[in-house]
Amino acid sequence: MADRVIVNTSINGEEATLLCEPRQTLLEVLREGLRLTGTKEGCSNGNCGACNVLLDGVLVNSCLVLAVEAEGRSVTTIEGIALPEGLHPLQQKFLEHAALQCGICTPGFIISAKALLEENPSPTEEEVRFWLAGNLCRCTGYDKIVRAVLDTAEAAPSVGSFGGETP
Amino acid sequence: MTLTRDKKGVAGKAPYKVIGTRPLRPDGADKVTGKAVYGADVHLPAMLYGAMLRSPHAHARISSIDTSEAERVPGVKAVVTAADLPVIQDILTDLGEGVVNLRYTSNNVLAHDKVLYHGHAVAAVAATSTAIAEEAVKLIKVEYDLLPPVLDVLEAMKDDAPIILEDLRTTELGEKREGQTNIASHIQHRRGDLEQGFAAADIIVEREFRTGTVHQGYIEPHSAVGLYNDDGHVTVWCSTQGAFGIRNQVSELLKLPVSDVTVIPTEIGGGFGGKLGVYLEPVVALLSKKAGHRPVKMTMNRTEVLQATGPTSASYIRVKMGATRDGKLTAAEAYLAYDAGAFPGSPVGSAAVVILAPYKLDHLLIDGYDVIVNKPRSAAYRAPGGTNAAYASEAVIDELAKIIGMDPLEFRLKNAVTEGDRRADGPVYARIGFVETLHAAQEHPHYRAPLEGKHRGRGVASGFWNNWGGRSSVSASINPDGSVNLLEGSPDIGGTRASIAMQLAETMEIAYEDVHPRVVDTDSVGYNDATGGSRTTFGTGWAAYEVGLKLIDEMKRQAADLLEVDLESIAYENGIFSSNGDSLGFKEIAERIDESGHPVVASASVHPEEFGPGFGTHIVDVEVDPETGKVEILRYTAVQDVGKAIHPSYVEGQLHGGVAQGVGWALNEEYVYDDEGHLLNASFLDYRIPTALDLPMIDTVLVEVANPGHPFGVRGVGETPIVPPAGAVANAIYDAIGVRMTTLPMSPGTILEALWAQEES
Repeated sequence: MADRVIVNTSINGEEATLLCEPRQTLLEVLREGLRLTGTKEGCSNGNCGACNVLLDGVLVNSCLVLAVEAEGRSVTTIEGIALPEGLHPLQQKFLEHAALQCGICTPGFIISAKALLEENPSPTEEEVRFWLAGNLCRCTGYDKIVRAVLDTAEAAPSVGSFGGETP
Repeated sequence: MTLTRDKKGVAGKAPYKVIGTRPLRPDGADKVTGKAVYGADVHLPAMLYGAMLRSPHAHARISSIDTSEAERVPGVKAVVTAADLPVIQDILTDLGEGVVNLRYTSNNVLAHDKVLYHGHAVAAVAATSTAIAEEAVKLIKVEYDLLPPVLDVLEAMKDDAPIILEDLRTTELGEKREGQTNIASHIQHRRGDLEQGFAAADIIVEREFRTGTVHQGYIEPHSAVGLYNDDGHVTVWCSTQGAFGIRNQVSELLKLPVSDVTVIPTEIGGGFGGKLGVYLEPVVALLSKKAGHRPVKMTMNRTEVLQATGPTSASYIRVKMGATRDGKLTAAEAYLAYDAGAFPGSPVGSAAVVILAPYKLDHLLIDGYDVIVNKPRSAAYRAPGGTNAAYASEAVIDELAKIIGMDPLEFRLKNAVTEGDRRADGPVYARIGFVETLHAAQEHPHYRAPLEGKHRGRGVASGFWNNWGGRSSVSASINPDGSVNLLEGSPDIGGTRASIAMQLAETMEIAYEDVHPRVVDTDSVGYNDATGGSRTTFGTGWAAYEVGLKLIDEMKRQAADLLEVDLESIAYENGIFSSNGDSLGFKEIAERIDESGHPVVASASVHPEEFGPGFGTHIVDVEVDPETGKVEILRYTAVQDVGKAIHPSYVEGQLHGGVAQGVGWALNEEYVYDDEGHLLNASFLDYRIPTALDLPMIDTVLVEVANPGHPFGVRGVGETPIVPPAGAVANAIYDAIGVRMTTLPMSPGTILEALWAQEES
């Protein structure tokens, strides 16, 4: 067993000190170490997007990031998306549009959509589809997911500034 | 769009107050905030972690297994092989979407004397971390004597094919035959006189089709936690479509009384038929027993999921149909050979039902063969066997219509089954809505819209699925605030907490928000068949209706006591109990339940048989790139008779999902094997399911032809929509480039080959 490494990072706005093996992915440490199991593992090689998180506001597959890379950086997971006063508009729109069936891919989609709307507050359907092409959903055929994201953007064009832990 | 053709269900009192609305799902907040606990999210004190050793070969005899070195690794607490499993006799069990032999299930869970496919489980380790378990697995030494594999269904049927299961004998039209074989069974449906039927035809079309192996592709890998407690009681937490089915299989495979096994279903991240059978569940229980009764968790990675679970059959299908010039089908013959993977049980039986189900035929012959090959054991996949079958028959229907010069929807209308017609395999249809879907498709703006541009085409196809009733139980109690707690045993994969709670609210004339549904474990509610066969909103919804009637009856008794009148004089309407001018609100009585000392509880169980088949008709526009062979879906419309849409958003969602999976099957998805039987594309990079960029918005038309066999007219909706897409896309490709595609997937390579062949001829 390799020597463990102390990693000082910020998770959903709270300082966190992690004891990690160098081989461990950020996904593994989030799920197994911190029990933040809202971030899902669907493929462990960057093809499904279920493990997406924001690292200093940038969308990443947490299965392709080593935990030690979080040193001095800020991580936002699905558990850090809701606002003090209630669900984030994206979360609310996903529910209103029935944009989830089984729900396993939903945290990854919401994280990806948040990153999209921060970069492009009023995307076209094509831009939403292109941005979300890194997230696999097997239940919905994407129709209601794309509508939920477009509707969020339309309802609140500046949704990017809605809370969450965006640095 | 929703087109209501029948105003009410049998016991319905339309217009409904709750049914047909679109409330938020009760489990919604948990699922958008990451709080919902899925299979891999379970964590118990003192938990160990497991890993599986899997076969690197497709077909080999195991001559020895040496686990001693693995057992010596610090942190390893237990190692198990098939030697730890009890010997199981032949026991047939119905998982809901197919009957399986539990002796084969035991052999599949851990290979006994032979490995039968690449990825077949051989041994498992439990350790203090996944990393240690994975390292220890590599130290298990297995000696194999390699055997020749057979992967192709027609090759496996030959007399000189390698034999996979030495004890397998063909069941030929119900009778066991002598001699070793890979053909598990041959079934047949026959009607009329084929020769006479084809003699009456002006045009006969016959074609052969091949379809590849595909996977359900749920995003959540299989995961299970097992605790074999010191008192002998086994508890399993797992992601499954049917907790009771898992309980029964674990009980049989470990030879434990069923009451010694509790299964706690977690949230489930997709199943589509692939999470009915056991894989990890008996193994984690065995590991827990050997590891000093500590809980053990095992989660597959994506490679394991693709190598060792799921897939549905590759197939060879031949279809011959005859028609008159005025568009009447005269005869049809179908031959279906489905590979079952390494153990019998392909869905060829339901395929043989689907293939000619939509059409009136006086003369027909259907032969179906269930054939084993060296691939993972096939599992149910959404309308099992239906997509392959309809791909073949709907292409031949399309070709006949084109030759006759008749609109393809008109051709289907001329031959469509209606109430009272006999299905190809025998049963007589009750009220069905196939014709209504054809009319709705004809009237849809999509079908009338001009389609311009080179290499663009439009196709249509129809599809049938029989659906299922199954057994459902629920329990319910009334809270002092007038809300109702509803305990269900049906795992919620796509919004069924909502659709079941809505039926209870409608029955009791209370608000949807006042129903609190919970999916509970196998000790906490009566038996429930799996969430599968498109049965949950139908069957468990029916149980909720029954329990609602009982709760109202019980509340009437309370009202009679409180009003001091005869029970018979109490009427209930709109949440008010009344008798001769006196009345009490539902909530008023509920508030007084505690003081009256008479809690209101009820339970109900149902086993409905009149589940009402579903029919769908799909329209698709495609563009084919003749340079690359890539097919783009430009526009898609799915029309379906859904009986009654309880929660229309989730019904639309079922149509969307079926179409998306069908399009993936049509264009991309396929297991790729080398000659030795190694699966070469066991990742989501190489086994490519559709992304958001591969699909347009999917328009849906919900045609509501009430099912007379359900209180609210519900029909199953989940499976029908995966039946037509491959045929519709193939017919659109023909319209675009004039080539009849006869293999699935219709990937760029196969399209290019077909185009080149067309140029040469």
